[in-house]
Amino acid sequence: MIFVTVGTQLPFDRLVCAVDAWAAGRGREDVFAQIGSTSYRPTHIHWHERLTPRAFRAYAEAADAIVAHAGIGAVLTAIELARPLIVLPRRADLGEHRNDHQLATARQLEHYSGIYVVRDPRELYEWLDGAGRLARPEGTDHGPHERLLRRLRDFVEG
Amino acid sequence: MTDHPHGKRILAVCSSGGHWMQMRRLLPALSGHRLALASVHPEDAGEVHQADTYVIRDASRWEPGGVLVVAWQIAGVLWRVRPEIIVSTGAAPGLFALALGKLTGARTAWIDSLANVERVSLSGRLARPFADLYLTQWEHLARPEGPAYEGRVL
Repeated sequence: MIFVTVGTQLPFDRLVCAVDAWAAGRGREDVFAQIGSTSYRPTHIHWHERLTPRAFRAYAEAADAIVAHAGIGAVLTAIELARPLIVLPRRADLGEHRNDHQLATARQLEHYSGIYVVRDPRELYEWLDGAGRLARPEGTDHGPHERLLRRLRDFVEG
Repeated sequence: MTDHPHGKRILAVCSSGGHWMQMRRLLPALSGHRLALASVHPEDAGEVHQADTYVIRDASRWEPGGVLVVAWQIAGVLWRVRPEIIVSTGAAPGLFALALGKLTGARTAWIDSLANVERVSLSGRLARPFADLYLTQWEHLARPEGPAYEGRVL
């Protein structure tokens, strides 16, 4: 099963269309998408505009791979649940985002195992075809997280 | 407030989505204290069972009307909670909480979002004068005058 998420703030027709076209071409019936304010209405994937946090997590946990914009929420979910993440960053020049934060985020994500960054929707096909075999994000180094927790704890109790 | 009579009163403030998911990963640092949470989506906040939760409006586009509403809502939360410590992962609601919280003598912490890879966020830059602890989650953004890098949520 493939789970697609584009966040709730802005539409992301480019991504949703591409996944819908892939599902149609491959005869897949096991794709679920959270499409937010995307105006395009898919014809070959199941979709919801919004999901509760519980439903979101359930879909993500059940998925072989997650396909998403380069939002921090999607990235954290994929890493926490150790699901392969295929990322298409939103572009400001296409009106998909207010700025190019996602392109910058994507440049950092390219270094992570289990995260697959594409620049063009057509590149999605290769990763989607192999979704069941993609390497998962490995247990990341917990040091930076623990360091921040210690710093915040020191601040609170100091 | 949570049931820790000897803990400090802490208010955590965040916008939706990524800001909230990052705050969730900071909550272990706040355990054992009396936690209140102000965030944009009630169903997000409902995941945290041991905190009083307040719903505030998002102000992601900095429209003047929306900004006034969220500032007013934050003032109301501060009035009710009277936090000793305010922590925010952004964005605009956190800025208002830190600025107003400073007037009431709270100690304040700003942790700029992981999404701000190339530059500290606008709300973060505006929050700087009001933050006792001022952090970025990217080492290359750390500066002697702040923000500091002390780890990240991921």
